[in-house]
Amino acid sequence: MSGVEYLRVTGLHAFYGESHILHGMDFSVNRGECVSLLGRNGAGRTTTLRAIMGLTSRRTGSVMVNGVETIRLPSHRIAQLGIGYCPEERGIYASLTCEENLLMPPTVASGGMTLDEIYTLFPNLKERRHSQGTRMSGGEQQMLAMARILRTGARLLLLDEISEGLAPVIVQRLAEVITLLKSQGYTILLVEQNFRFAAPLADRMVVVEHGRPCIEIAQHELSEKSETLHRLLGV
Amino acid sequence: MTEIFGVPLLALPSQLVLGLVNGSFYALLSLGLAIIFGMLNIINFAHGAFYMMGAFASWMLLTYFGVGYFGALLLAPLLVGTVGIVIERLLLQRLYRLDHLYGLLLTFGLALIIEGLFRDQFGVSGETYEVPEILTGAIDLGFMALPKYRVWVIGVSTLVCLATWLTIEKTRLGSYLRAATENPQLTQAFGVNVPLMIMVTYAFGVGLAALAGVMAAPIFQVSPLMGSNLIIVVFAVVVIGGMGSILGAIVTGLMLGLIEGLAKVFYPEGSATVVFVIMAIVLILRPAGLFGREK
Repeated sequence: MSGVEYLRVTGLHAFYGESHILHGMDFSVNRGECVSLLGRNGAGRTTTLRAIMGLTSRRTGSVMVNGVETIRLPSHRIAQLGIGYCPEERGIYASLTCEENLLMPPTVASGGMTLDEIYTLFPNLKERRHSQGTRMSGGEQQMLAMARILRTGARLLLLDEISEGLAPVIVQRLAEVITLLKSQGYTILLVEQNFRFAAPLADRMVVVEHGRPCIEIAQHELSEKSETLHRLLGV
Repeated sequence: MTEIFGVPLLALPSQLVLGLVNGSFYALLSLGLAIIFGMLNIINFAHGAFYMMGAFASWMLLTYFGVGYFGALLLAPLLVGTVGIVIERLLLQRLYRLDHLYGLLLTFGLALIIEGLFRDQFGVSGETYEVPEILTGAIDLGFMALPKYRVWVIGVSTLVCLATWLTIEKTRLGSYLRAATENPQLTQAFGVNVPLMIMVTYAFGVGLAALAGVMAAPIFQVSPLMGSNLIIVVFAVVVIGGMGSILGAIVTGLMLGLIEGLAKVFYPEGSATVVFVIMAIVLILRPAGLFGREK
């Protein structure tokens, strides 16, 4: 069922205290699509995800999730609409074991992966399941942060900088997982600094600058617009 | 008569039991404080007042409504917990983003107001509350007579503390609670209704204090000041155990009750200060408390 908007962000402004970070974000993600938000550090990509989840101190504009306006909802109600959020800092709980971390996020819809399916996808996590969450390696923690939102039945995944600071072999593994998730019809919003990681995965790329989108590039336009893209990203 | 260090040995077991009874109250109260501090980031100075309200609630339930001890054991924590919910919704929830000091000042003020209201109504002399008939009398152990009611208090408190600890450490609900204590924002972004959990946690901690109050009613005078007499020691217990540590609160509570009991036998003059001496030593050697994590 592609072509149907799953997420529509319109004129989104977001603030942390007095600082005004987002200045009118506009973009949409269709069902089953993988969209990547690219941009330099401080452009507002992470804040966009946090604002979608209602985690900024103030936000205005409109965020429609599956046809529901969420701008006035508290973040737990937003999550319950079927969103899984994987934060930039990974947010692994130190007071929970690996498996407790996996089981912690409540089910928001039916059809999530079972624990067995998750362990098949990430065999490392099965080995480490009794380890304290923050005693795991960076790569394991990142996999855990991804894995725990796949159990909840969320169909829209917000993934923030998941390739950051990881060994190439793990980055490769994460790319495979995202490809698999796409094939299973998940809708993915991918915030990335690493253009080479995002480019092959994303159906569309939105470059963010100064808290608003400045250009949108579809996968098939990638080669013809690569020069513009590289200039904007400084890669 | 057998003596140890010049102290009659007969006094020892009964003082130890009495120490454990006090320790049970310390454990219930400091457990509530620890949970509340972990989840709400608030040092609940009104905790002693809620303990006192629990005792008064059971006295009032009996005097005005004829509800006996066991009814009060259930009803008083619910009633006082409801008061806690009202306070959390009206006042405390505005303070979560601020420094600890504001919560401490607010709850300290609340404690003064609540105690003042009860003093105005009931005076300071205190009311008596009888031990329920089924728990009167003593079990003869040969070397000492063990009052049934003390056994009951120690047993119920230990059970409630253990059940609370197991719930927090081993259940799904407990994992939400630990997650929300550690990172409330993210936990809410996973779909957990954290504001509701905070409210329930406060009510539960307050309910524990009230439960201790109900059990204390037949032992001490039911008096408006009974909370403020106890709460300072309980705060010392929390500091010794480590702020926010659940297990630390329980173990330290019982342990310090015992130590106080021992002090009453061997050095009665020091029994009132021994807890604070231990607190000073612990603060010097392990500033985060015996069970606390260094930040």
